[in-house]
Amino acid sequence: MSETTQSGPMLSADGVPLKTSLARALRRQKIRALLLISPLLAFVVITFIIPIASMLFRSVENQIVSNTLPQTVAMIADVSADEATTDEMLFRVLYLDMYRAVEAKAHTRLGSRLNYEKSGISSLFRTSGRKLEDMGEDFEDFFKDADSGMVKGPFWHELMQGDGGEDLLDERLGLLTDLTSLEASDDLGFTLSGEAAALLPWASRAYADWALFTAVVDEDDVSKKKPWAGVYAALALDLADPATQSAVAAYGGSGAAELQAAVANIADMPATGFRAYFEDIDDKWVSGETWALLKVFGSQYTSGYFLNAVDMKLTPDGIEQRPDNERLYLKLFNRTLIMSMVITVSCILLGYPVAWLLANLPMRSANVLMILVLLPFWTSLLVRTSAWKVLLQQQGVINDILVWLGFVADDSRLIMMNNSTGTIIAMTHILLPFMILPLYSVMKTIPPTYLRAAKSLGATNWTAFWRVYFPQSVPGIGAGSILVFILAIGYYITPEIVGGTDGVFISNRIAYHISSSLNWGLAAALGTILLAVVMLLYWLYDRIVGIDNVKLGG
Amino acid sequence: MNLTKALLATSALVITSGSAFAESMTLVSWGGAYQASQTKAYSDPYTAANPDITIIWDESSAEAVAKLRAMNEAGNITWDLVDVEGADSIRLCDEGLAMEIDHDSMLAAAPDGTSASDDFGDSIVSDCFIPQIVFSTTVGYRLDMVGDTPPTSICALFDTDTYPGKRALNKRPLANVEWALLCDGVPKDEIYDVLATSEGQDRALAKLDTIKDDVIWWSAAAETPQLLADGEIVMGSTYNGRLFAAIAEQNQPIGMLWDAQMLDFDGWIVPAGLPEDRLARVMDFLNFATDTQRLADQAAYISYGPARASSAPLVGNHADLGIPMAPHMPTDPANATNVFVTQYEFWADYRDDIDAKFQAWLAN
Amino acid sequence: MASTTAEFRPPFATFTAPLSALLAAMFGFVVGNAYGEPWIGFLIGGILGAIIAFAIDKLPFGRTQSRLGTIVILGLAGLTTGSAGGVVSGVLIGAVLSWFIYWLDRGEYRKNVPVYYTAGQTLWHNAFMLICGLIFFFLIAPLMPVMWLSFNAQDFFTFTPEMLNFEAAGYSLKHYRNFLTTEEWMIPLKNSLIIAPIATVISVSLGTLAAIGLSQSHVPARRAIMAILISPMIVPLIISATGMFFFYAPLGNWIELNLGLSQTFVGYVKVILAHAVLGVPFVIITVTATLVGFDNSLTRAAANMGANPVTTFFRVQMPLILPGVISGGLFAFITSFDEVVVVLFVGSARQQTLPWQMFTGLREQISPTILAAATILVVISIMLLTTVELLRRRSERLRGLSPG
Repeated sequence: MSETTQSGPMLSADGVPLKTSLARALRRQKIRALLLISPLLAFVVITFIIPIASMLFRSVENQIVSNTLPQTVAMIADVSADEATTDEMLFRVLYLDMYRAVEAKAHTRLGSRLNYEKSGISSLFRTSGRKLEDMGEDFEDFFKDADSGMVKGPFWHELMQGDGGEDLLDERLGLLTDLTSLEASDDLGFTLSGEAAALLPWASRAYADWALFTAVVDEDDVSKKKPWAGVYAALALDLADPATQSAVAAYGGSGAAELQAAVANIADMPATGFRAYFEDIDDKWVSGETWALLKVFGSQYTSGYFLNAVDMKLTPDGIEQRPDNERLYLKLFNRTLIMSMVITVSCILLGYPVAWLLANLPMRSANVLMILVLLPFWTSLLVRTSAWKVLLQQQGVINDILVWLGFVADDSRLIMMNNSTGTIIAMTHILLPFMILPLYSVMKTIPPTYLRAAKSLGATNWTAFWRVYFPQSVPGIGAGSILVFILAIGYYITPEIVGGTDGVFISNRIAYHISSSLNWGLAAALGTILLAVVMLLYWLYDRIVGIDNVKLGG
Repeated sequence: MNLTKALLATSALVITSGSAFAESMTLVSWGGAYQASQTKAYSDPYTAANPDITIIWDESSAEAVAKLRAMNEAGNITWDLVDVEGADSIRLCDEGLAMEIDHDSMLAAAPDGTSASDDFGDSIVSDCFIPQIVFSTTVGYRLDMVGDTPPTSICALFDTDTYPGKRALNKRPLANVEWALLCDGVPKDEIYDVLATSEGQDRALAKLDTIKDDVIWWSAAAETPQLLADGEIVMGSTYNGRLFAAIAEQNQPIGMLWDAQMLDFDGWIVPAGLPEDRLARVMDFLNFATDTQRLADQAAYISYGPARASSAPLVGNHADLGIPMAPHMPTDPANATNVFVTQYEFWADYRDDIDAKFQAWLAN
Repeated sequence: MASTTAEFRPPFATFTAPLSALLAAMFGFVVGNAYGEPWIGFLIGGILGAIIAFAIDKLPFGRTQSRLGTIVILGLAGLTTGSAGGVVSGVLIGAVLSWFIYWLDRGEYRKNVPVYYTAGQTLWHNAFMLICGLIFFFLIAPLMPVMWLSFNAQDFFTFTPEMLNFEAAGYSLKHYRNFLTTEEWMIPLKNSLIIAPIATVISVSLGTLAAIGLSQSHVPARRAIMAILISPMIVPLIISATGMFFFYAPLGNWIELNLGLSQTFVGYVKVILAHAVLGVPFVIITVTATLVGFDNSLTRAAANMGANPVTTFFRVQMPLILPGVISGGLFAFITSFDEVVVVLFVGSARQQTLPWQMFTGLREQISPTILAAATILVVISIMLLTTVELLRRRSERLRGLSPG
């Protein structure tokens, strides 16, 4: 202390350089703060943030399309929608994909999902599902007539069992596990013959699908059972090709006799135009719009939900605005935010005097009045909302009283219900205690001496209040406003009951999409946007006003 | 595959029907008077006959669709049997959340030998659906507020000159758009074709626009009887059972307008993926609870019609009031002169689209 | 007691008389409207008001006497209408009018303000009291039809003519019986009373700790942590419900399998934890707001005097931030007590809570049993809060402190 000149870094009392000492103290402080926060943070992150984040992630997830019709989606990535409507190869691939999906009962789910984008798709998938099997059975009958052994399990097992087809099997297994999310054990109970795969490409793919399904999903014995009707359709497809016919003639492995018998009767085989079959099932299959839809929504991740959430849509031609009569969400966002602001402001205006009174009265009177503030809390939200309905209706209590008192004529009663007035009144009433209590607890910490000092220095009532008291109560206003605003955005039951058509908030729609339409992607997108907007406003508020901006003498 | 499982289950239930350890079964329904009628008609007699089984009622049908999907994805199905509306059963079936039912093998035949699927007839709106009741969305009106000429046609809803005052309509487009088109001059058999087009939908909304300022939109069916009792509305749509309760049990001055009633079905679905033992129990209960006599019994507590044709003649009197229930059923010939049956396939396809347009129109 | 200042009385003709006349005229307007002649009633009321004010001012009667006199006179006037309602109205009008006139005439409106207040300031003070009174009335207003309707003999939320005429046929206790004696309501009540307090305790304890941590200087990533901690309030409730279900369902299964706890118990635990998370933002927001004004030199002083951090917390910080903690706890309690959606998803039938039952009640059949439940809760909470206040006053008296 007595040294006035020093060389080298400053030292603290225990001889450690001051800088290190300060850094250590700072670190200790940070650690202490984090220790206090961490139990709660861990609790919230684990039980809330992570589940909600995965819920909100559904707003971009779109694997259902590529998991249900994998090879179809992969194929149409390279062609235009119009070309797709005439591509016979595409329809063959579609048949195999659809058949697998129908057996796994996943096709209607895809139809539902695509129906959100275009009406009519759900019944398309539903009816197609029922008819695909019919198609296969026509071919099965033909093969039965050719040789009855062909409709028995052993024929297929001997034909297809062997080595060399591991790649094909793995590929089909991958498609199946994507679709059903089931894990396959290492031992499937069969292997695929490479020779058969080369001889009958379509049939072997269809057979592999069936065999894997039987082994993994049904956990049955593949060697004994007869495959799906769809496998016969695929076999017919192979045998319709002249190149395969000559290969079959030269083939000498197991099942050769039956195959050659079938080739001999090839004239009797039903036509194998799969495009024609799908067209028969429903016109929509050969419509460019359906394929455009599959193209646009085939990707693993989609922006479609977010675009829907802001009244746009994803079309083959890019991003388009929705027509006027379908625009809903931006208006609802707007309305929700504005109404919430109005409710917050009215809560501030009504809550501030009451909080001031409660904080400045002697304790005994203040506590009695506090009971009046807390009483509405114990009546549940639903009860309070119904009570406001009873009060504000056209035939309700307030109108009746006003008519009785003579202030209002009987046929021109005030309309205070089923519009935004009703919403504002009811919501203000419900959220007022959320404004009063934080204000009160902050005002309680303001020493009354400040006001008296200001007045003794000559300030008028107003100046003393505005320049001395009010700034100290701003944290209370801030806390109360945040609570009221955020709650006002989130409550949708009250606006639904008292707000009429003006009372449809964005949370109504989110709830509808989760509960009724099961469009969880759109609900997640709307929820994410809402969360982002509120976080942005919170950040702005923090920036401009500052949560703890009271800087009076440190 | 599911057929095999079902047959196995049925045989399992035959074998295990004598098992004697106390087990519980969770049934999900809507609560209120409807659930009370199911308790009295189905679960009370069943537990009396099978004392080792406890039935727990869960009043979650309002969120059943979402919760079933969540339970399915989480792999944890805690419900055994769920009561849902017909439209929801299609959605659940499409999403693979409800089990496909072979009605003939799993449900009891009618006493005269008619198979279950014939007895239920058109009420089987989806492969997963086991119908229970027929209910309809009808209009009730204040007898003292309609002057000398009570309304006889659904177009009274749109006739604000003869019947001034407010109306109450459902906040969903179902029934509203059909009534709007009907009263705009579209022949009844063309309504759904018109509604499938964008112009048709706009036309329906334009017609609704003529009364939009006079409409109070309800989201819970219990609101309309309350509004009628208050005198806040002249007429309003709701489910016929609520109106019956208000008229017969609460003695309110309300009349029923059956014209163009929108028939709908409500019934059970079995959640997909139930383990074998629980499935066996559920099938046993289902077999009992959906037979001819039981469905007729339920009608003694609530004015919804039994879904089986063979139950209709067995419908008796109200359990407390003693009045015959048959004239109050939606299916009674006197009430069923002009009936709309909800077109489930149409709404499965177009519900999301029309609902979006309807909400956009409402929000304006 | 001798007072140094003379008793203050405002000028009669320019102040008391006109104001009294105005109030009486307004009453007259209402009464006149019942006879179809509101403006004549206005006039008569004004004149009557001035006369009564003159009487109260000049005649040497005390407060009780003048008030009683006015009440009797106006009650008799009401008797002339011939109905009980008339007498009641007359008595009420007399009471209000006489109080107002006396209050003005004897200068009592100046009683609660400092002597040096100007007329404008006194006017503002009284107007402020009136505004606060109106706001309190606004807060309580919906409770009155709730309590009144809970005695409705019908199953609707409607004031039947029998009720308005106070006939016995219109009233009944059946909703109270329905609430208190059926399992349908008592089990949900019991569940709510189990779940809400425990969830509140969890969120308040964790939340207060975290709020104190957040109000330290130098918290890394403070804004981000705040955002995370208040997010349960922002995320739409139905999304939280579904999301949390996906977390709690497998967790519940795992606990049941590995720890062997009963399914019902685990169900309660899941709902309690879910509600605790929902209550956290309220505690954080209110307690951090209260801590803003907290003088940190107090903690330093306590440390100076040898207290360890825990003692400092409980004996120095807690008493000062108690209003904030209690507010936050209250909000957390109400959030849990009033919450439907999360319980519907995360819980099962055995955890059905009171608001779930009420919600079903409102959707399926409007039943005033809900109102009976609400009235009972209001009465219980009044008793609780009054007891707390009386205890507080008693402990003050015992400690010899002057009333705060």
